[in-house]
Amino acid sequence: MSDTESIIAGARSDRKANMADIIDRLFSDFFEMHGDQVAGDDPAIIAGLAKLGGHPVALVATQKGNTLEERMATHFGSPEPTGYRKALRVMETAEKLNFPIITLINTPGAYPGADAEASGQGQMIAQNIRQMLKLKVPILTLIVGEAGSGGALALACSDEIWMFENSMYSILSPEGFASIMWKDAHLADKAADLMRLTPEWLLEQHAIHRIIPEDMLADGSLQTAMTTTLERLSQQSVEQRLTRRAAFFRKF
Amino acid sequence: MSFSEQLGEHVKRFSSRSVSMLKHYQAKVPNGIWMVCPHCGASFYFKRAGQYKVCPECGYGFRVTAHRRLRMLTHHFDEWDAGLETADPTEFPDYERKIKKAQSTTHLKDGVLTGKAQIGSQTAALGIMDPLFIMGSLGTANGERITRLFEKATSQHLAVILLTASGGARMQEGIYSLMQMAKISQAVNDHSDAGLAFISVIMDPTTGGVTASFASQADITLAEPKALLGFTGKRVIEQTINKQLPADFQSVENGYKRGFIDEIVSREALPGRLEQLLGILTAKKWGGD
Repeated sequence: MSDTESIIAGARSDRKANMADIIDRLFSDFFEMHGDQVAGDDPAIIAGLAKLGGHPVALVATQKGNTLEERMATHFGSPEPTGYRKALRVMETAEKLNFPIITLINTPGAYPGADAEASGQGQMIAQNIRQMLKLKVPILTLIVGEAGSGGALALACSDEIWMFENSMYSILSPEGFASIMWKDAHLADKAADLMRLTPEWLLEQHAIHRIIPEDMLADGSLQTAMTTTLERLSQQSVEQRLTRRAAFFRKF
Repeated sequence: MSFSEQLGEHVKRFSSRSVSMLKHYQAKVPNGIWMVCPHCGASFYFKRAGQYKVCPECGYGFRVTAHRRLRMLTHHFDEWDAGLETADPTEFPDYERKIKKAQSTTHLKDGVLTGKAQIGSQTAALGIMDPLFIMGSLGTANGERITRLFEKATSQHLAVILLTASGGARMQEGIYSLMQMAKISQAVNDHSDAGLAFISVIMDPTTGGVTASFASQADITLAEPKALLGFTGKRVIEQTINKQLPADFQSVENGYKRGFIDEIVSREALPGRLEQLLGILTAKKWGGD
């Protein structure tokens, strides 16, 4: 297996499929909020309030699920417009309460279904990107597994973007990329090498801030790293944070 | 050869197969004598498409270069940032050749034309994406040019009019292409926070990351008749749900019904409509001196 192949295998590993487990390990007193208060409750987005190191945070995470049934319901972790709307309303609540936001991402992309399309998938992602860039509270993103396309970016317009060492962040899934470039989804391996979706390359390009070794989840040091970073971000003025967040994306 | 044999040959030559071949070649040559509308399939003498290049049967606006589309809107235009070119950030194979070809087709360095335009009696910052530049895909160079369009409009207190046409992200630029969506959205936010208006005009096709960012962030969203507006490609949706979708699934006419679009405006009527809107936007505010 090439480096890229092993990263993709690691990113898609079943161990990472259940975000609820990861949330349990990192946070306490998690209260899950349901529904977008308009049109439904998308199980592909888990969102709510919790504590990290004794302080309040808001969480927004994508969810794949463990069983086939769960994965069908979440479309393998691909949110629909109602999921993005739920994410946005929880993030707006966080802003009002002055809680920092943590987003945890493991999605191949927004769900490419007919109803999702007709109910404004692209339009909703566009709104999320805009609003995230404006949120006055600190935002920390951790890419846990896959992070594909606008469906991931809609949860990653943040102050800090971290990636697990075995995770990927790309314009599209390698299968989708191969299908567009060569009309053949089976050329995904060839696509993956060209796509430069590895944490190392992305860090070199300053498209992310930090690579997280995965044992930091098990030994508790990830919690400490998150706490330290949120503490530091919280000490900056709103203007400082928003200027830095804008500058991060402006350089591309 | 008898007369009836000759007639037989003649009919054979114009059999349905050769007619379909003929149509096939005509479709590839939009500037030929005959044009075929990719939307309704009507074929017609090219002059009937007129100066606005629209299908005389259904009103579909043919994909034209940004320079050509500009001439349908105004003749008073100061171009901005014409020299911006991609640095090929992921060193993608064969990309340079593709860029060169697109540049010679469109007479642009990358897939958008931007500047300050006069439309009737009004002035605005104007951007026109070029669907013939690698499908109008969003990369670093046209992304930067659109960002600067909003930034310059903000500092010069101008409304932005942006005509979108894009197949979505520029695959050859990977994550750099994705980052354009956030970069431009930030410039849209700053322009919006300055109290300035943004009018987007959806052209055929507007899809993917462009739909999922600035094309959907305007205060007023207009569209050209029969243009395609969507996020996911129709083929991908059909494979996902394992069902055929109606041909007009992602038409702006359907988008209008779903509430994504304020008004569908013909190419001919667009300059007048924009002038009217800009007139409202720049009218003297209430309670001023």
